[in-house]
Amino acid sequence: MVRERKIRVLIAKPGLDGHDRGAKVVARALRDAGMEVIYTGLRQTPEMIAQAALQEDVDVVGLSILSGAHMTLVPRVMDLLKQMGLEHVAVFVGGIIPDEDVPALRCLGVKGIYGPGTALSDIVQAIRQEVEGRE
Amino acid sequence: MHDQETMVSIAKAKEEWERTTLHDTLAKWPERYEQFITTSGAPVERLYTPLDIADLDYERDLGFPGQYPFTRGIHPTMYRGRLWTMRMFAGFGSAEETNARYKYLLAHGETGLSVAFDFPTLYGYDTDHPLAEGEFGKCGVAVSSLADMEILFDGIPVDEITTSMTINGPAAVIWAMYIAAAEKRGIPMAKLGGTIQNDILKEYIAQKSWLFPPEPSMRLIVDTFEFGSKYLPKWNTISISGYHIREAGATAAQELAFTLADGMTYVQAAIDRGLDVDSFAPRLSFFFNAHNDFFEEIAKFRAARRIWAHVMKERFKAKDPRSWWLRFHTQTAGCSLTAQQPENNIVRTTIQALAAVLGGTQSLHTNSMDEALALPSELAVRIALRTQQIIAHESGVANSVDPLAGSYLVESWTNRLEKEAYEYFDKIEALGGVIPAIEKGFFQREIAASAYRYQREIEERKRIVVGVNEYQMDVPLTIPLLKLDPEGERRQRERLARVRRERDNRLLQQRLAALRRAAKGTENLMPYILDAVRAYGTLGEICDVLREVFGEYREPVII
Repeated sequence: MVRERKIRVLIAKPGLDGHDRGAKVVARALRDAGMEVIYTGLRQTPEMIAQAALQEDVDVVGLSILSGAHMTLVPRVMDLLKQMGLEHVAVFVGGIIPDEDVPALRCLGVKGIYGPGTALSDIVQAIRQEVEGRE
Repeated sequence: MHDQETMVSIAKAKEEWERTTLHDTLAKWPERYEQFITTSGAPVERLYTPLDIADLDYERDLGFPGQYPFTRGIHPTMYRGRLWTMRMFAGFGSAEETNARYKYLLAHGETGLSVAFDFPTLYGYDTDHPLAEGEFGKCGVAVSSLADMEILFDGIPVDEITTSMTINGPAAVIWAMYIAAAEKRGIPMAKLGGTIQNDILKEYIAQKSWLFPPEPSMRLIVDTFEFGSKYLPKWNTISISGYHIREAGATAAQELAFTLADGMTYVQAAIDRGLDVDSFAPRLSFFFNAHNDFFEEIAKFRAARRIWAHVMKERFKAKDPRSWWLRFHTQTAGCSLTAQQPENNIVRTTIQALAAVLGGTQSLHTNSMDEALALPSELAVRIALRTQQIIAHESGVANSVDPLAGSYLVESWTNRLEKEAYEYFDKIEALGGVIPAIEKGFFQREIAASAYRYQREIEERKRIVVGVNEYQMDVPLTIPLLKLDPEGERRQRERLARVRRERDNRLLQQRLAALRRAAKGTENLMPYILDAVRAYGTLGEICDVLREVFGEYREPVII
């Protein structure tokens, strides 16, 4: 089936982390792959991110965290999305995420976790599969 | 370099070589790539000859070390006299843990300290601020008050060792805490040596730990220049940094150009305040990245020295030769480290550190192999420090000054980078200067485009990254990673509560009120900040006063 609209992705930087190189590179790659990308900019609270996901009516939220605060920030974003009835929004996380934290994030419902060295094409493909696969 | 007749002869010989020897070889064995490029994407020629540096004038363009234009180094004997300062950037968890790490590093031969602060501290928030949740001690040490600073340097001879502090938005406050902590131990500020990064322009451009809008930020910075030149003659009141610009994805030329353009903006701001250029310029210092491309990095350092000497002498009319010096710290490229097969990072760091030394750095941080995964473990950081010691004592490269001078390639690239930097200066000027260019998103766009181009090159395998897109292995991680003390945050929060309870709160309120009044006027704020710090005002409380008066910066969002 051909989708009626482009895949919409919110790329978000939660917390105080200022490392935005990865978020911007991924945002460009998704845009080049034909998706509509909204980038929140820096220093977003989980509330701001969930609100943006709702307003922008996105299919996917990509959280970029390199500060090590992911175990505090990701659960809060997941909770808020659920509270707002946005369970259908697929959440991906990129950044410095130690292996030992991966199972817990998966348990929260995070669809994909991408560390340094990930190929952009892998991220594009995973998002397409996730969004298009459930239609 | 040569007379006209010799050049003509070399040109003819080169043509002949291309037509015969080279042609025959290429016919049989084509080269590995159609076009070779540097890490920055600049084209690399097959061969460099005297023809590539035909216009180079030895005395004008290179000169002798310790003499204008300092291309060959700022000191006549360079590392033969004294080795660079081995300064490892370190900080994590609470002040107690980081203090122990400093003592460990000093015990293993480190010769200078360098403080990494956590995100809340970088943004001027105390550990118990709501926005600080989950961030305590993760990317550096938390310092919320003078009490933390006292513990951080407990037992460390701050009158003998220099300390560099990576702090920008709230640099004046953290510097005041360092001064006050030394004062409590009876060490007068005039004896303190070190550096505060204090470079807000590159924060807007790349590192993003800003607090206030550009105008009040520039005022605070000039306040520190003025205060430092009067009371802390051994302190570098700024470290004008290309490191973060490069880490965000810039090319070598962009790093060079944007950093020096920032430098010129600070010099102009201080001159506009009425300061004599020679009163503060000798205390300006720089900070560059050492990335993978060995010769390009060396050329970048050499070009930086030559440009800065020229700018300070010709444009800003500085008379003191020390004002012409570009003194710099180098850190190996964090963004080049791979999470895959992390042991390979030891080798990357070694090559990068070697480039920094051959480029004439004054101090050096070498990254640890595990930094794409976590903050460095003791083992990893020790190997990183040993890497510098091996370069210093075993490789022999430190025994002669600027040993790569005269290399056709290195001199040609030094010229190229200089030229590219001047082209960027013109573009920035046309946009109205650095601050208007930031507000228009110029730097941010340039850097994002370079970062994306670099990543595409890896995807398309135009660039091989060992262990990432070639020679991959699927093996479990075998190196031990650092674990933070789970009790650290509780200790820090308790200390903060105790400080707020036990200090003289009436005195502090008076001092904060005085700071607020001064911030609304035009006086130098350093004495007011120092007084608030001495009364145990916290970082968050002092920054809140300034945020209230100055407002907060909002960046243009650019992909």
